[in-house]
Amino acid sequence: MALLEVNNLDVRFALRQGEVHALRDICFSLERGERLGIVGESGAGKSVAAFSLLNLIAKPGFIAGGTVTFDGQVLNRMSERGLRKVRGNRVSMIFQDPMMTLNPVLSIGEQMVECLKAHRRISSKEARAIALDKLQQVQIPSPETRLDQYPHELSGGMRQRIIIAIALLLDPDIIIADEPTTALDVTIQAEIMALLLDLCEQHNVGLILITHDLGVVSQVTQRMLVMYAGRVIEQGPTREIINDPQHPYTQGLINALPQMATPGEKLNQIRGSMPSLSNLPSGCAFHPRCDFINRADGQPRPACTQQVPEFVESGNCRVACHMVAEMLEDRRLKEETS
Amino acid sequence: MSAHAEAITDSHNPTPRQNEESADSLLQIRDLKKRFSLSGDFLDQLRFKGGKLVRHQEHVHAINGVNLDIKRGEALCVVGESGCGKSTVARTVMGLLTPTEGEIRYDGNRIDNLSSRQLLPYRKRMQMIFQNPYASLNPRMTIQQTLEEPLRLHHPDWKRPQILDKVEEVMRSVGIDPDWGKRFGHEFSGGQRQRIAIARALAVDPEFIVADEPISALDVSIQAQVLNLLMEAQQERNLTYLFITHDLAVVEHFGTRVAVMYLGTVCEVATTATLFDKPRHPYTQALLSAIPRLKDDRPQHIRLTGEVPTPVNLPSGCVFHGRCPHANARCKQEIPLLQTQDDGTRVACHAVEEGRL
Repeated sequence: MALLEVNNLDVRFALRQGEVHALRDICFSLERGERLGIVGESGAGKSVAAFSLLNLIAKPGFIAGGTVTFDGQVLNRMSERGLRKVRGNRVSMIFQDPMMTLNPVLSIGEQMVECLKAHRRISSKEARAIALDKLQQVQIPSPETRLDQYPHELSGGMRQRIIIAIALLLDPDIIIADEPTTALDVTIQAEIMALLLDLCEQHNVGLILITHDLGVVSQVTQRMLVMYAGRVIEQGPTREIINDPQHPYTQGLINALPQMATPGEKLNQIRGSMPSLSNLPSGCAFHPRCDFINRADGQPRPACTQQVPEFVESGNCRVACHMVAEMLEDRRLKEETS
Repeated sequence: MSAHAEAITDSHNPTPRQNEESADSLLQIRDLKKRFSLSGDFLDQLRFKGGKLVRHQEHVHAINGVNLDIKRGEALCVVGESGCGKSTVARTVMGLLTPTEGEIRYDGNRIDNLSSRQLLPYRKRMQMIFQNPYASLNPRMTIQQTLEEPLRLHHPDWKRPQILDKVEEVMRSVGIDPDWGKRFGHEFSGGQRQRIAIARALAVDPEFIVADEPISALDVSIQAQVLNLLMEAQQERNLTYLFITHDLAVVEHFGTRVAVMYLGTVCEVATTATLFDKPRHPYTQALLSAIPRLKDDRPQHIRLTGEVPTPVNLPSGCVFHGRCPHANARCKQEIPLLQTQDDGTRVACHAVEEGRL
């Protein structure tokens, strides 16, 4: 059994206008030391997915079904008290904006010591020594002085390094990083990503990386999920998806990148925009923007507009698309007849 | 500080090269400097020091001597990390900020010292698109009103049908249904709002558009749509762009030429193809190596050490020397000036000049 297993996770938000289905049928697993990327555009549900892993969904949101199993324990059926032993300790999180994550009125040292003492019975002195060691690991210059500084005294890149140090503080099994470098500049982003990758490899820590940046995902992760309108639409090994995307949305997303087009030529855009979760189109949520809703013979494929696509296995990947399913079926029939 | 003073005197005598370049340029930026005071008004600046009352002033040196030419019909991209002064350049060019020193010439005429009344004819020719379409549309105006406003201001003689026709035309040209005119900004998605912001800029038929990070706030699939729209508009209307961005992949696709900025100075200006093919300045090299590419697994990043210095206390000499792997004693003292290379690229780096790089 994998270290983390997510089965049929279903998250809803009970709003006054009615229930909004934020996540449907999310299934994935993470082995020890594995790095998984979750990609999608804003509103796809990737952050909700990350938050629901640790049952951090705030009201009016709730987990309506499915299980998140970590090391044999079902996290979404655990008491708050039990969860607190997992959160920050065995599974830690890194958020997008380091300034929002750090407490502005506590020094860096105080925040780190506080976290250590909440989970372990150790003296402040020992805690401070561990904190110092972690700051050294994230390559912060003059770590001793940093311990007594406050978040506002540090630059954005430095703050994100401290967040990484805090995430590593209790030697977790998994780090969930929600857009960890989006708020940072390109050169700093590259440094932080390289650091995070090195540390995860060194300590054999699993990483769930949530991002909209396909470039980052392709460089850091081994497997990836592509999300669209609250659903996973394609998952599999990162290299295979990047090199040979099956789902029309994944194809569109990759082809829309400026680096995929000849400079000066028109970019391959996907028309329209992501539907709102409260008003999803029937059938496949992507069908109004999809170029492949017609069969090869030019006739419309009714399933696309009527039926939510199931996952089909295509090589090492799983894809939720009627077109891909049809193609695989055709291929299978051909092989059978020949 | 002596090095700074030298650079100022140097750049006050424009070299013949600069005059040469200005022949076909639509916009010329000369020795542009912009400082923002951090110390408040006169009374706030007074301090007691050693029993004496002294006046203490602090400034953010946002731009320190920028020289740029934008040629007709090109898209000049200005790239750099946050705080490098790229947005300040854009805003100063548009007259939203007054430069502390330096000149801005539009079509040969100086525009940086004009009153807002005198600027009005220029405003019709140059328009701006801002980063955040959620903030740049007035929430209390319908889209129709938003798009009519610049027309009424710049064409006071136009009759109502003429204005309505024009509004419909620009809405169509950016892919917004003219029937949506009665709606308000909040009823649109981010990509649609940015289309409306572009429509507003195009309404007065400008020849020059300053776009300050126009696609940074948008999703990947929407970014491609808006970028395509900007490129179409350029072809159809023969526009000139000053395009501010931090995204190098966009620059590679969109830009005719690129200016790389670091801490308020331009460190390299080159045609896009040359810059991506053969970056000269160590900062440009590091910046390019940091782009996350799709196809390579573990690229070799040039890892820069240290942080960007604050623009309040600028480092002496080359502003990049603290993070530069090739810095020597000269770099710490003397400010490098932009030097034209054989292929027309202009680089401000002592190491390149001395052939060390």
